Amino acid sequence: MTQLHLAVALDGTGWHPASWREPDARPAGILTARYWADLVTEAERGLLDFVTFEDALGLQTSAFHLPDDRTDHVRGRLDAVLLAAALAPLTRHIGLVPTTNVTHTEPFHLAIGIASLDHASLGRAGWRPQITSRAADAAHFGRRTTPQLTDEDVRDSELIAARLRELFGEAHEVVEVVRRLWDSWEDDAEIRDASTGRYLDRDKVHHIDFVGAHFSVRGPSITPRPPQGQPVVAVLAHAGTPYELAAAGADVVFVTPQSRADAVTRLGAFEQARQRSGRPAGDRIRAFADLVVFLDDEPGRAAGRKRRLDELDGSTFGSDAAVFTGTPGELADLLLEWQAVGLDGFRLRPGTLPHDLTAVTGGLVPELQRRAAFRTAYEADTLRGLLGLPRPANRHARAASAEAGR
Amino acid sequence: MKQIHLAAQLPSVQHTVVWSDPSSGSQIAFDSFARLARTAERGKFDFFFLSEGLRLREHKGRVHDLDVAGRPEALTVLSALSAVTTHLGLAATVNSTFNEPYDVARRVATLDHLSGGRAAWNVVTSYDAFTGENFRRGGFLDEADRYTRAAEFLHTARELWDSWRPGDFRADAAAGEFIRAGAGRFTHRGRHFDISGRFSTPPGPQGHPVIIQAGDSPEGREFAAADADVVFSRHSDLASGRAAYRDVKARLAKYGRSPADLKIIPSVSYVLGDTPAEAAERAEEVARAQVGPETALMLMEAAWGRDLSGHDPDGPLPEVDPVPDSVVTKGHNLYRSRGRDETVRHWRRIAEERGLSIRELITEVTARPTFVGTPRQVADAMNEFVQSDAADGFVFSPNVVPGGLDELVDRVVPLLQEMGVHRAEYTGGTLRDHLGLRPARHHHSEETL
Ligand SMILES: Cc1cc2nc3c(=O)[nH]c(=O)nc-3n(C[C@H](O)[C@H](O)[C@H](O)COP(=O)(O)O)c2cc1C
Repeated sequence: MTQLHLAVALDGTGWHPASWREPDARPAGILTARYWADLVTEAERGLLDFVTFEDALGLQTSAFHLPDDRTDHVRGRLDAVLLAAALAPLTRHIGLVPTTNVTHTEPFHLAIGIASLDHASLGRAGWRPQITSRAADAAHFGRRTTPQLTDEDVRDSELIAARLRELFGEAHEVVEVVRRLWDSWEDDAEIRDASTGRYLDRDKVHHIDFVGAHFSVRGPSITPRPPQGQPVVAVLAHAGTPYELAAAGADVVFVTPQSRADAVTRLGAFEQARQRSGRPAGDRIRAFADLVVFLDDEPGRAAGRKRRLDELDGSTFGSDAAVFTGTPGELADLLLEWQAVGLDGFRLRPGTLPHDLTAVTGGLVPELQRRAAFRTAYEADTLRGLLGLPRPANRHARAASAEAGR
Repeated sequence: MKQIHLAAQLPSVQHTVVWSDPSSGSQIAFDSFARLARTAERGKFDFFFLSEGLRLREHKGRVHDLDVAGRPEALTVLSALSAVTTHLGLAATVNSTFNEPYDVARRVATLDHLSGGRAAWNVVTSYDAFTGENFRRGGFLDEADRYTRAAEFLHTARELWDSWRPGDFRADAAAGEFIRAGAGRFTHRGRHFDISGRFSTPPGPQGHPVIIQAGDSPEGREFAAADADVVFSRHSDLASGRAAYRDVKARLAKYGRSPADLKIIPSVSYVLGDTPAEAAERAEEVARAQVGPETALMLMEAAWGRDLSGHDPDGPLPEVDPVPDSVVTKGHNLYRSRGRDETVRHWRRIAEERGLSIRELITEVTARPTFVGTPRQVADAMNEFVQSDAADGFVFSPNVVPGGLDELVDRVVPLLQEMGVHRAEYTGGTLRDHLGLRPARHHHSEETL
């Protein structure tokens, strides 16, 4: 049986808005390194492939498209790239995948930040580029405006994507520039040739001279090529336009099927986008399904827990991803059933932390191991290694060897 | 007696890094950063410092290949270092020209949280269009504007940190109140920034991270006097150190600040020996490794603004005149402060007086270590420097990565501790504590009290 890949999406005290009020929650800890270190080392004990860290440029809100003034939900967070970096020396195998905004930030800064995370983690960095969907975020920078989504728009992810199409196009360029900057140093550019006094082979350090529809960047990077060559790029995609971004630029795509049948539909739509993208068919892209999970050993208990949290919050929690409540065994059944339609793995969003994370590592993982569907030891030290993705050859080295072979 | 503030820098792109030394390790591997930071912490240093440069240097239109090139993004590495150190301050250089206040304020506050109050931000003001080519916004700033933007940038960052008042982050599960209403709300309307909204990161333990400034122009000194906690200076001889020290400290009063509110710490280097003669000999060896024939000629060409290939580095200075306004080296600001003509005149004078070759001159003007001697001599010289008000301490930029700080920490620091001018143990938890700075003012809380 092909083993599946498992990731966990960390955010605040969990994905349920009332999660911070659970007795085992540590809401005051979300601004400390200790809190996150405990969660990530737990995920590593469970042999998970990677953790993601959510982020955004504005304060969290409960509406998708608008800021709110609520004071009864988790608000406030740390920069995800720096948070991931602080966890790198405390872990050895697990991948660290921060989210960053790509609409208001400079691609150059993003490229060197993620490359530096890869250096600090010895090859375990990933990156989730995210466009801004809130017009209010633009006012934090004061340089441009972005579309204000309406209540009508946010009912349908195709409508959202249509309104933000321009920003997706720009995000596409950002990913392209970041990847070119990672390749702007060949792996063997540093030569330390004392006989000629040269530290660098300047023929192996390249300007990228990117000129796109939205911006231009000259390069090269200031940061040597990271250990993975190209850190793992992961894109969350709900609709046609984001599928195109993922198909063209990602190593991992997160999709949000509501059922097994829906997974078939979404993977089909993604495959079409991939064929249109012109990306070489040999390039592997790992497809993960996102799922919110509430897990308890005793049947029915997780659903009861979610109901109790909904009551506390005063509304029924739903998400863009399907919400699962049940036992680790039931979840294992579901994952294996969905996997069969072509998914490589799952990114689980714990409803509450640490409860649903420890239920994944202590309940789900052993269950999957019993069924020979999950690793029993880390088989690689890099994130690419864990995901079975090859280390990409540098585009310039490739070009040079093609030249030589002619 | 004044206490000596000690900081360490991981040297990167300077030609003074002896990458050819057999003990020299990786300039990019995290282990090198961790090793150097841990050594600084073992020596009870105040902080560890990383510089920034956002474009690779180019010489005669090609990437400069003689010196160390390549470095990580400073805040990212420092965040990782926060996990392998406990007390050491962590200072990142972040340019105010090629960044936005919301993003930088958020990232620096994050480092302050992750490190438990050990973050510092060195606000630099480089503005050149050459660097601008790496950014979507391009090279957009006149030189005259760089400090007005820097000052407004820093003031805006402080407004963002102050947009959360103490106690706004409540996380009170029993009361069901996570934050106080309106926490993080801000509006800033200024010449360079017109922004508003909610700031997403409550300030870290220091409230305001330590602010460092590293410019030496009159505008730079004024900026430091008004706004910085630490000045990172270039004056590493006693006479010019004292003059700059007096000048900068005298500027504080008009901002309602006292001399103790701003620490002046020049960037320095050192070479030790068991005897004075051995130290001098080692210094000579190091200098020869730092300024090879190729580097001597390259720096000459940069100063002259023209191709000088064919000149013998071990021969006399070029007879030809420098070319005004010609730029053969980009991303290098060695000649900016004095100007080309003045630099060349000055160099010709020194070379003539002492009969120096190109290589000897370049060594003299760019690579002379500040402190050379036995551990005792170096400790005494450092102490004299500080007690006579030429500085409040030093940033050591070692010649070799990652072991270049070992001798200083093992052999000189204990002497300073015996003399009672350097701490034997950390007495506080935050960088502000180490530097003896007052807690950051919190504007809102003062207003609302
Ligand atoms: C000791 C020292 C270190 C500096 N480090 C940096 C640096 O890491 N990155 C940078 O862009 N500029 C750096 N600078 C340059 C200053 O920020 C400033 O741009 C330069 O000194 C010119 O400013 P001035 O005209 O006020 O002297 C440094 C300057 C000094 C004196």
